Amino acid sequence: MNTPMSPSPRIKPESEYRDVLALAGILLFTFLVMWALNPVRFLAVNNIKSMAFQLPELGFLSLAMMVTMVTGGINLSIIATANLAGIAAALAMKAAEAGGAGTFGVVAVALLAALAVSALIGLVNGFLVAFVEVSPILATLGMMTLVNGISILVTKGYVISEFPEGFRFVGNGQFLGLPVPILLFAAAALAMGLLLSRTAFGFELYMVGTNPTATRFAGVNNRKILMKTYLLSGVLCGLAAIIMISRFNSAKSDYGASYLLVTVLAAVLGGTSVFGGFGKVLGLILALVTLQLLSSGLNLLQANAFLTRALWGLVLILVMVINHMSESRRAGARS
Amino acid sequence: MKRLFRKSETYLLLVILVFSGVITCVNPSFFSLENLFDLLKSYSFLGILAVGLLVVLISGGIDMSFAAVATVAEYLTALAVMRWHGSIFMAFLIASLIGILLGVGNALLIYRFKIPTVIATIATMNVFYGILIMATGGKWIYALPENFGTFANLRLFTLVGQGGSQYGLSIITVIWLGVILLTAFILRHTITGRGIYAMGGCNADPGPAERAGFNVFRIHLFIYSYMGLLAGVAGVVQALLVQTVAPNSIVGKELNVIAAVILGGAGIAGGTGSVTGTVLGVALLAILGNGLTLMKIPSYWYDILIGGVILVSVTLNALQARKKRSKVIEIEEPAA
Repeated sequence: MNTPMSPSPRIKPESEYRDVLALAGILLFTFLVMWALNPVRFLAVNNIKSMAFQLPELGFLSLAMMVTMVTGGINLSIIATANLAGIAAALAMKAAEAGGAGTFGVVAVALLAALAVSALIGLVNGFLVAFVEVSPILATLGMMTLVNGISILVTKGYVISEFPEGFRFVGNGQFLGLPVPILLFAAAALAMGLLLSRTAFGFELYMVGTNPTATRFAGVNNRKILMKTYLLSGVLCGLAAIIMISRFNSAKSDYGASYLLVTVLAAVLGGTSVFGGFGKVLGLILALVTLQLLSSGLNLLQANAFLTRALWGLVLILVMVINHMSESRRAGARS
Repeated sequence: MKRLFRKSETYLLLVILVFSGVITCVNPSFFSLENLFDLLKSYSFLGILAVGLLVVLISGGIDMSFAAVATVAEYLTALAVMRWHGSIFMAFLIASLIGILLGVGNALLIYRFKIPTVIATIATMNVFYGILIMATGGKWIYALPENFGTFANLRLFTLVGQGGSQYGLSIITVIWLGVILLTAFILRHTITGRGIYAMGGCNADPGPAERAGFNVFRIHLFIYSYMGLLAGVAGVVQALLVQTVAPNSIVGKELNVIAAVILGGAGIAGGTGSVTGTVLGVALLAILGNGLTLMKIPSYWYDILIGGVILVSVTLNALQARKKRSKVIEIEEPAA
């Protein structure tokens, strides 16, 4: 019997290309269906703009989820990390504003606070997974609860709102007619794509996810790679936090509660293997756009938010079932 | 005596005793039979779920959906009982069946399509909960039948406190005790129980258990439908304890349950954990929660405490496992 933990069979480059084509096909299909269901409003400038503003924060969080999944782990604390980083940024900003800092100073302070908090959480996650050898599920689950608790303690459950104009530009502004957040996400996705596919660190990341024992014997310091992975995951949450609180013009301990499922879904739909070793940024982006089209289309149809949530769950199950079936067909074809 | 000190349960018991001592020093009302029976009753809900989750963790899996299952079972049962004026027995029956049904769904996804348990149950959690709230609009149910109230106040025996207040062993606690005994029996003395340990024992890889002759499919079915069954029972218990049904009252509590089970010595690597440990884990959480209230510490601290407890206990478990592993190598090396 094939054990669940064994790495999936090697995918050849041409089949990877086929996967991207298949994803693009799904994207096009979703687009056409949603357009047909909302003929007028779906392609309205307003809707396209709102999609472009919504996608980036989910995009950053999905990247944060994906890197840990490539190493065969998972990060359940991403939403909690983003919320605490956002709260830290908000508090730092309030302090800087009271101290009479200019626009640039305020934005810099916010960024610094968010990144410091998220990097710290990422490092602790990484330490637990890499050195203490706690399973990623439990380490990040405990971290999620702890970080959530800190957020609640710091804010007492209240919202921190009203940020300076300059900071709101990050999440709501436009540059050359394009929303600023989508530009930031494009830059981050490009950087992540290059990091994963063109650097030694990226290569070692895939190796650790495919077979940690063989990787260690190949002379790679697995622990260092895992530390860096969870650090990176945390920092991406911090960037998501900046965009999120800027867009909402507020920070709170329980924003984005339903995002966890969507980030797992985006990664899995985009071809990231939950067993580790596989996953491309391009696939993730195609999946994200598909999900965004789907959710905006449903939103225009005034679908119940909980129906959408149930639908995400069903789609995730469907994708996992299809993955399993195509994998066993491939395995059957080879033998 | 030496064996006793190697068990994590012993340490847990010591920690519980120390904490109880500290809390009693600050607020003597903690150390009373009345408070004890009260805790036993109000933590039955968490305790029943914890015992169910223990079974899943021993097998090397995790279930993120049990809170959603409990909510669905609780809500639908309340609707059914209100419409047909059903008895408490009928309520437990309906809730159990709903729980088992949803659990079988989880088991099929996990076994048939080899979906990792964490992903499968995050998905089903959202499906179950999403559909329930969509269909019901998330309305609270206040008008539970009268027999829910009378049953919840049944006691096996009643004592009278100093202020004339009555307390005693609640029937709800008895249900929890029944679940504890049944689960301990299944885990220790049945083939299925040994199969659950075997499945989790090899790095959560069911392969060796299957080669050893266990019917891994049947064990999967058992594990997740048993979790579902207990989630259903816990749903009714929650309705009995609170006397209202709020669709958002259970979701989010799964972390407390997970904390209790891990605290009790079960790890997600599978193959370890005992009912005794889990009960002690629930006890420690109950004492901490109750202690916070009695020591007048703001409830904001509760989540931090739970998170801290999870992180400390997974760290200790992992370190202990590593120590055990290094011991095994020491023995094997001279032989090679």
